[in-house]
Amino acid sequence: MNEKDIITLIKTQFASAKLEWVEAPSGDNYLVVPSEALRDVVKYIKETEALYFDYLVNLSAFDATEHIEVTYHFYSYTHRHKLVLKVKAVRLNGEVPTITDLYGTANFQEREVFDLLGVRFASHPNLARILLPPDFKGHPLLKDYQEEAQYNGIETTRASLL
Amino acid sequence: MISLRNTFPEFVLTTKVDDFLNWGRKSSLWYLLFGLACCGIELMQTGGPRTDLDRFGAVFRATPRQSDLMIVAGTLSYKMASRCKLLYDQMPEPKYVISMGSCANCGGLFQKSYSVVKGVDKIIPVDIYIPGCPPRPEALTEGILKIQQKMMKEKLLVKTNA
Repeated sequence: MNEKDIITLIKTQFASAKLEWVEAPSGDNYLVVPSEALRDVVKYIKETEALYFDYLVNLSAFDATEHIEVTYHFYSYTHRHKLVLKVKAVRLNGEVPTITDLYGTANFQEREVFDLLGVRFASHPNLARILLPPDFKGHPLLKDYQEEAQYNGIETTRASLL
Repeated sequence: MISLRNTFPEFVLTTKVDDFLNWGRKSSLWYLLFGLACCGIELMQTGGPRTDLDRFGAVFRATPRQSDLMIVAGTLSYKMASRCKLLYDQMPEPKYVISMGSCANCGGLFQKSYSVVKGVDKIIPVDIYIPGCPPRPEALTEGILKIQQKMMKEKLLVKTNA
């Protein structure tokens, strides 16, 4: 199934939700989904026979300064087609529903996004830091992140010898 | 008191007790396996047949309880910092530390990072710093020889004020 048909199918199914199809100047085109519709859309594309996206390739996010963009890459091994979804989350503790119950691989990746960008994935089974130490303060991939002078009594800077 | 000068047969060697103890210590310099990043690969190579640290009496131990020397080989993250300190504390005295490579010396490539300790000497005392990214096995061997020189200069039996 080509990209156009996939989008038409999703858009007819979710006519009431505000889905926005973006043709990116470079890279993958993507579908922006409001966070309240995300779970329904993901469940639909996973379970519909014609789409059958059985594989969550990647789940990542970045700080677009006015909001955080959480990106989902899906692939179907059965139909050999792909789809990119994006959700715009509010900066600083914005909430996005988890898809861990639909795709098990989302578990660690959502934890990573939470760890580095502070996005809360609602009803995630264990939303704890995964890369940084548990007592770390702040979310370092936010553009306005300021490193603290000390971490547990260890200075975080080193004077230059020059 | 009779003089002992020229009384021993020629196969008897005489030395000072301190020198004898130090010679024993430097010739059985057991180092803790503590490879943290790519420097760890060079550490393995140094233990391998081409450079062969074994000829200086340096062999690896997998436990701090049996180690005299800790070679911090690689990038030390804040999450690992407390473990590094714990391992150092578990080593019996007298103990030595080699900081191997730029990351362990000063943070190196990751000096602006939010998660990397800017030098192992912020946590534990360091005897020898080996520059390089990563240092070649020859450089690490030089570091081991320097530690041995340092050991030979020490006087363990002399009473100190401390």
